[in-house]
Amino acid sequence: MQWLERHVPKLVLAPSFIAALLFVYGFIGWTAWVSFTRSRLLPNYDLVGTIQYERLFASPRWEVALNNLFVFGVLFIGVAMLLGLLLAIFLDQKIRTEGVLRTIYLYPMALSLIVTGTAWKWMLNPGLGLESMVRGWGFETFSFTWITDPDMAIYTVVIAGVWQASGFVMALFLAGLRSVDGEIIKAAQVDGIPTHRIYTAIIIPSMAPIFLSAFIVLSHLAIKSFDLVIALTGGGPGYATDLPATYMYAMAFSRGDIGQAASSAMIMMMIVFAIVVPYLYSELRAKHD
Amino acid sequence: MTDTSYAPPTQSRGLKIALRWGLYLMLGVFAVWYLLPLFVMLTTSLKSLEEIRTGSLIALPREVTFDAWRTAWSGACTGIQCEGLQPYFWNSVMLAVPAVMISTVLGAMNGYVVAQWQFRGANIIFALMLFGCFIPFQVVLLPMARTLGILNIAGSIPGLIFVHVVYGIGFTTLFFRNYYVTIPAELTKAAKIDGAGFFRIFWSIFLPLSLPIIVVTVIWQFTQIWNDFLFGVSFSQAGTQPITVALNNIVNSTTGVKAYNVDMAAAIIAALPTLLVYVVAGKYFIRGLTAGSVKG
Repeated sequence: MQWLERHVPKLVLAPSFIAALLFVYGFIGWTAWVSFTRSRLLPNYDLVGTIQYERLFASPRWEVALNNLFVFGVLFIGVAMLLGLLLAIFLDQKIRTEGVLRTIYLYPMALSLIVTGTAWKWMLNPGLGLESMVRGWGFETFSFTWITDPDMAIYTVVIAGVWQASGFVMALFLAGLRSVDGEIIKAAQVDGIPTHRIYTAIIIPSMAPIFLSAFIVLSHLAIKSFDLVIALTGGGPGYATDLPATYMYAMAFSRGDIGQAASSAMIMMMIVFAIVVPYLYSELRAKHD
Repeated sequence: MTDTSYAPPTQSRGLKIALRWGLYLMLGVFAVWYLLPLFVMLTTSLKSLEEIRTGSLIALPREVTFDAWRTAWSGACTGIQCEGLQPYFWNSVMLAVPAVMISTVLGAMNGYVVAQWQFRGANIIFALMLFGCFIPFQVVLLPMARTLGILNIAGSIPGLIFVHVVYGIGFTTLFFRNYYVTIPAELTKAAKIDGAGFFRIFWSIFLPLSLPIIVVTVIWQFTQIWNDFLFGVSFSQAGTQPITVALNNIVNSTTGVKAYNVDMAAAIIAALPTLLVYVVAGKYFIRGLTAGSVKG
């Protein structure tokens, strides 16, 4: 009984810990191992070196997926951050309807990306959507066919992604703006420093940690985003809007190419780690100091 | 300086008013941009196909009809089956409710241990569990598919519950841990001296204090699980699919005429539960979002 009493906390934590060891670390190990084999439809455990990675980086489809991740990632993160910051600053000007506006800006975050994708797919539909609407206003030659244009389709994913996530960035920044020491701002105002200078020289620099968290969350969303592409473009036209996530899924579940699925998943994980690990490291260090 | 309004002296009154108007105009434009998709979904779902083809995207329906809603709920085709979203809606409910409950209870117990019953190595265990929140799930899809097969729960709702619990614990533990850390350790110490044990202290001291964090966690988990698509599409089969997968199938179904009004009604039905949670408990929703991101 005494023993049990002393070890209860460990016993309570044990199942979750074992689950994490098995289903996170064990599974990562499995995927890593399989990525070095010749596995096709069925896994095969004979290590053969980096052949899957060589195939992956020789594949034009993977190249498109990586390029898209870069384009989508940079634009999605950049625009969502900028828009979020702008909206937060606007809302911070003692706006009477702030509560309502905040609710409106943030609600897309409650939606499934499948819903978001479905809605934007309909609006961007060239025949009946925004294009025909603007034509109906008298601009007969107006053309907006990005969603069916292989060179432009990835930007429609950016539009829908920004629509979904920018309100959330706004909420993060707004919380940050509110936590800036009011005395400093007042002192600056008394000194006659113009408002825009107060923002650029005092408030925004003091929000560096929030920029970092927003960046981490958005890049995480960007790398994982799978649902949005599936619902909005289905990866098409052709594979023009493929992302690593959709590439991995196609290899795993429709092409029956486990080796490619595993190696692409490993690359995705490395990209995430390259971003998240330094962040976690700095967070943990900051706590110890 | 005796000016108490703190206005920079260079701005004239007229300019200030103009700026104010400009500000409200910008805020209004953005509000329209965020609301437009919802508005379009709603109006499209209430129009007939004929009106959709001839009218403008943002025009209000001339004749309101609920046919599309009826079809979306009980008649739309997801591939070969044409039962609408209804069965899949209940699949999602049957999946989300137990998964949310189990992961919340486990998170509460884990968070309680990590925050109040520190033992050597507890922080490392916590860090290792937390790390699981960050992996792209693609890296576990293949082995999980095989594991579910071995456990004989492949393509079933219990299988999906299992997956959501396993990959939800990291976040729920984080939420509770961050909340319980703020409760003074002296409280636990005093209770221990009085002879109360691990569960007794949780039950009579911590649980009564936990309502806000339980609400935050439940909302977070419910939103995540209800909106999940990746696990749903990877680990379900015809008949056990969650609503997001069914919605995607309806929209991409190639049988018959493209019924945009049905697609939009289906999208709203799929979005309603989480939207409702957001409207009713937005404060807790935002708290979960910021807690999950700033610290996670």
